[in-house]
Amino acid sequence: MTMTDFTSTLGQPNAVSIGFFFLFVAATLVITYFAARKSKSASQFYAAGRSVTGLQNGLALSGDYMSAASFLGIAGLVALKGYDGLIYSIGFLVGWPIIMFLIAEPLRNLGKYTFADVVAYRLSQKPIRVAASCGSLMTVAFYLIAQMVGSGSLVQLMFGLPYEAAVVVVGAIMIAYVLFGGMLATTWVQIIKAVLLLGGASVIVFMVLAKYGFDPSNLFAFAAEKYGDKVLAPGGLVANPWDALSLGIALMFGTAGLPHILMRFYTVPDAKAARKSVFYATGFISYFYILTFIIGFGAMAIVGQDVVTKIDKGGNMAALLLAEVTGGTVFLGFIAAVAFATILAVVAGLTLAGASTFSHDLYVNVFKSGRATEEDEVKMAKRGTIFLGILAVVLGIAFKGQNVAFMVGLAFAIAASANFPALLMSILWRRFSTFGATVSIATGSVLAVGLIIISPTVWVDVLGNAAAIFPWKNPALISLPAAFAAGWLGSILRPEPDAEERYEQQKIRNYLGMGAE
Amino acid sequence: MTAEASRHLDETAFRELVRTKWTISLVLTALILGIYFGFILILAFAKDVFTIKIGTHMTLGLPVGLGVILSACVLTGIYVFWANTSYDASVRRIIRSMRGK
Repeated sequence: MTMTDFTSTLGQPNAVSIGFFFLFVAATLVITYFAARKSKSASQFYAAGRSVTGLQNGLALSGDYMSAASFLGIAGLVALKGYDGLIYSIGFLVGWPIIMFLIAEPLRNLGKYTFADVVAYRLSQKPIRVAASCGSLMTVAFYLIAQMVGSGSLVQLMFGLPYEAAVVVVGAIMIAYVLFGGMLATTWVQIIKAVLLLGGASVIVFMVLAKYGFDPSNLFAFAAEKYGDKVLAPGGLVANPWDALSLGIALMFGTAGLPHILMRFYTVPDAKAARKSVFYATGFISYFYILTFIIGFGAMAIVGQDVVTKIDKGGNMAALLLAEVTGGTVFLGFIAAVAFATILAVVAGLTLAGASTFSHDLYVNVFKSGRATEEDEVKMAKRGTIFLGILAVVLGIAFKGQNVAFMVGLAFAIAASANFPALLMSILWRRFSTFGATVSIATGSVLAVGLIIISPTVWVDVLGNAAAIFPWKNPALISLPAAFAAGWLGSILRPEPDAEERYEQQKIRNYLGMGAE
Repeated sequence: MTAEASRHLDETAFRELVRTKWTISLVLTALILGIYFGFILILAFAKDVFTIKIGTHMTLGLPVGLGVILSACVLTGIYVFWANTSYDASVRRIIRSMRGK
């Protein structure tokens, strides 16, 4: 097949895609309308009344995690680099077993709405809530900026809509979901999006494999004959072993420290459902990464690297071009609408997590010392939603055209260094004290942010200096162990006998689920 | 409620439960860490291993990479299976004996 005469309709308003997009928005807004009646109490607003099943939460978790950037970005990376794209996917997957083995069940049994509930379970509320909120809000903010900027450019590429308009549309619909429908609507948006994305990607893969006798090895062989055997072998992605190790640590433990992921475990009725949901999520996400790998090779073999780079030099349009070549304009419209829906769902999840931190951790437990009425708490969460939604739009526009690729890495580095160590130590270590936790979170955040600023990703790529002060692109190899060490040292220097006594009660609730919310 | 109930806790059984849970969790954590960082270290130091041909074009790296993905699913599956059968049963036994006394 030759693609030299192929001209894509990408970037032109596509009636089918606009139709599918309106259908998605209409359906999710109807769900939001019904969810709104059930989102009056705090437990309903933050945790969907703990009524979500394991399978539903597994889909919603994968919906939260499978961003448009990972769908379009990884498919593009594979289309241009081949095997290296797989290495990238694997890094994003291996955090899920860590969530399962170390975090999911204790989190569900000990917490209420946010992960700070667990860290603060037997420690002094105010210092822990303030520190944990900083870690949480920074993670959410950087992740959100990266998503908004990415979505603006993607929508521009897909629909030809101006960048600013795209960011405002995403912000407005996302605020509507979270503000009116709370966690219940957000969960269903995630579930629908996950089903559409997995379904759409499966159809692309089916049509690609149909051309190769349903044998992936024929596809790989064809791509290797066209672009050389190097596409089936590792290239330059892992050049510096320390850098690779550091990024690996950030991805592995950062997943277990992402507030919008952790928050989802409060939507299920008990620890058993929490554990099931991680298993489903791991399965769905694995399947998704295998699909994107085949889609990337499909784009390489069928569309061709030259056509892919002509539309977007980063390769981000590879999956969409492949959809157009294999299924025509109608199918392109469907997949583009799914990609847009994906963006909406991820930013909704992030905004809800940020609003919960804002209201439950800061307003109720710090400002009101835990003595706020439920109505006040929900009201503040809704104000937080509007504030964060508008902030996301403003920052999305402010960072237009900037290099924000480092922000996802930064979000994972902060999550791995500020959130994960404190969470794990509070679950596992009797002698963990308020001082230790505060120092650990502060050390983790300051080192993660500080080191990334003087690293090649910001110091050279963004600020334009000649050489970086800190040699690795990701700081987690330093900042994560430092956060554990600071937590240990702080707890030894200022022990807290009361908290140690309360650890026995915490254990009973943690392992037997007695008294869990 | 927990404070009152905990007075009837079967300390030995509970300690055993917690110890088994963390043994399983930490062994599985070590396995996934070993598999993933093993994969990364081979990429960093012995990349040539993954370019070894196992077919006309197919390299060893491809099935190994897919194997890492599969191992994440299998290990979480093992944990869920163990927790659903053994752990949950022990928890039920301990709670029953607390209520019984």
